[in-house]
Amino acid sequence: MRYGWHSVLKQAFEGLAAVAPAWRTPEPKPVYDVVIVGGGAHGLATAYYLAKEHGIANVAVLEKGYLGSGNVGRNTTIVRSNYLLDGNVQFYEKSMQLWEGLEQDLNFNAMVSQRGVLNLYHSDAQRDAFARRGTAMRLHGIDAELLDRDQVRALVPFLDFDNARFPIQGGLLQRRGGTVRHDAVAWGYARGADRRGVDILQHCEVTGISVENGRVTGVETTRGRIACRKLALATAGNSSRTAAMAGLKLPIESHVLQAFVSEAIKPYIDQVVTYGAGHFYVSQSDKGGLVFGGDIDGYNSYAQRGNLPTVEHVVEAGVAMIPGLSRLRLLRSWGGVMDMSMDGSPIIDTTPVEGLYLNCGWCYGGFKATPASGWCFAHTIARDEPHALNAKFRLDRFRSGRVIDEKGGGARPNVH
Amino acid sequence: MIVTCPFCGDRPSEEFGVLGDAAPVRPADPAGDPEAWYDYVYLRANPRGAHREYWHHVGGCRQWLVVTRDTTTHDIAAVEPARLAKQTAPEKGEP
Ligand SMILES: Cc1cc2nc3c(=O)[nH]c(=O)nc-3n(C[C@H](O)[C@H](O)[C@H](O)COP(=O)(O)OP(=O)(O)OC[C@H]3O[C@@H](n4cnc5c(N)ncnc54)[C@H](O)[C@@H]3O)c2cc1C
Ligand SMILES: [Zn+2]
Repeated sequence: MRYGWHSVLKQAFEGLAAVAPAWRTPEPKPVYDVVIVGGGAHGLATAYYLAKEHGIANVAVLEKGYLGSGNVGRNTTIVRSNYLLDGNVQFYEKSMQLWEGLEQDLNFNAMVSQRGVLNLYHSDAQRDAFARRGTAMRLHGIDAELLDRDQVRALVPFLDFDNARFPIQGGLLQRRGGTVRHDAVAWGYARGADRRGVDILQHCEVTGISVENGRVTGVETTRGRIACRKLALATAGNSSRTAAMAGLKLPIESHVLQAFVSEAIKPYIDQVVTYGAGHFYVSQSDKGGLVFGGDIDGYNSYAQRGNLPTVEHVVEAGVAMIPGLSRLRLLRSWGGVMDMSMDGSPIIDTTPVEGLYLNCGWCYGGFKATPASGWCFAHTIARDEPHALNAKFRLDRFRSGRVIDEKGGGARPNVH
Repeated sequence: MIVTCPFCGDRPSEEFGVLGDAAPVRPADPAGDPEAWYDYVYLRANPRGAHREYWHHVGGCRQWLVVTRDTTTHDIAAVEPARLAKQTAPEKGEP
């Protein structure tokens, strides 16, 4: 069914019976041209663009849980393209442009909201760094505005501008940044891929990868063996485990990141605002809750939950930025497992194993990357080589010293 | 998480800094095989399950410790002073 005013009308009169499932629940076929492991946003987007851009529709997406049960349904929904380094700038801007046309393309309401992303600065040095970043962005045709204190005050008057330790001096604003409804991204891509013939197989965990003479031939799953010509891994926080099934050891550690939502209040924060003196980012969902997060917990973890010291740390930073936050009750908190790479940047590449492709290392910023990640990964799988946009996200960049370290943190995944 | 420091007793995890995986061993020769350095600096087994890792009791005795912790449950099985711990730890747990 195509969604539009006619389908809304039809359903209004015919009731729930007129609502068709958004995608099929097929049985696994014995063999596919491409099998994608991981039914998160990246796996589903990859399947969609494989079918749409490259005409490869004999594809299955294998998800061990239910669709969207991983990080795509756990993130704080922030999208932006305010990067500094070559490789990242072009890639994330491509993603932003795809977000801008996504809902028309998918015929699905993903609630793309370009409400603006405002990064606060608190010192002269930080202002200079932001001016540099903003200039780099504008040189690439990306919007960026350096705001002074009064301009920030006009947008978000309730911040603690005169904080004794970290007074707010201004901010870097990307108006095209904002938020997107995360679940809807998974659902929209799933529906789009399904309509083009892709099989989405839920509750199908990959337990083994068969490689013969250096070539991938298929996977063992909890729903039986599935053969394939090409195998694409998009398993986010579990990347080391799936890659190990094909004998690869990755420059990745799994870490837990928590997120929080407050009770619902009236419209309060119009943009995404991030703190510059600590790690804290906040926006307000359409239901009214303030959605926020901060640092990863800092130790290796496969548990989709974190510990209390990080809760305290994040809330402290939040209250230092918005004192009024202390009056709100926290409704829920949860965690997701991040594939933290050694330079903080992702990997979208072919691998030394023929027919095996890798998409991982998204750290805590992979949601915004979803459209471009799927688009570039599909290209890499279809053409057996990266697109210019992901040519710098190679697996061997660590060996060759061509790391892309936005934060300058070095090979320490827990500080990126 | 409560870490039982061999010197200070039961202490809350926020008193510690976490360096990470204790398995990689620094190659002896700075000008040696680049592959060995690549492996040491970048590659991690990243196991799901038991993980031996370096923790630093920054907010206490300032000793380096090797903590054996489960990455799925966060349960801590052992804490030893780093200087007494075996340098080449076997890689435990399912990758
Ligand atoms: C709390 C939190 C906040 C975040 N905030 C932001 C943000 O504001 N902005 C942003 O850009 N990014 C954010 N991120 C990061 C972003 O969510 C991730 O980088 C991104 O979702 C990862 O890609 P994915 O959607 O494909 O991952 P996932 O949804 O995790 O998909 C991977 C899937 O692989 C499946 N899988 C794993 N192993 C197997 C197997 N063996 N067999 C079959 N299936 C398997 C998993 O079940 C999972 O569903 C945040 C993440 C978290 C946890
Ligand atoms: Zn101690």
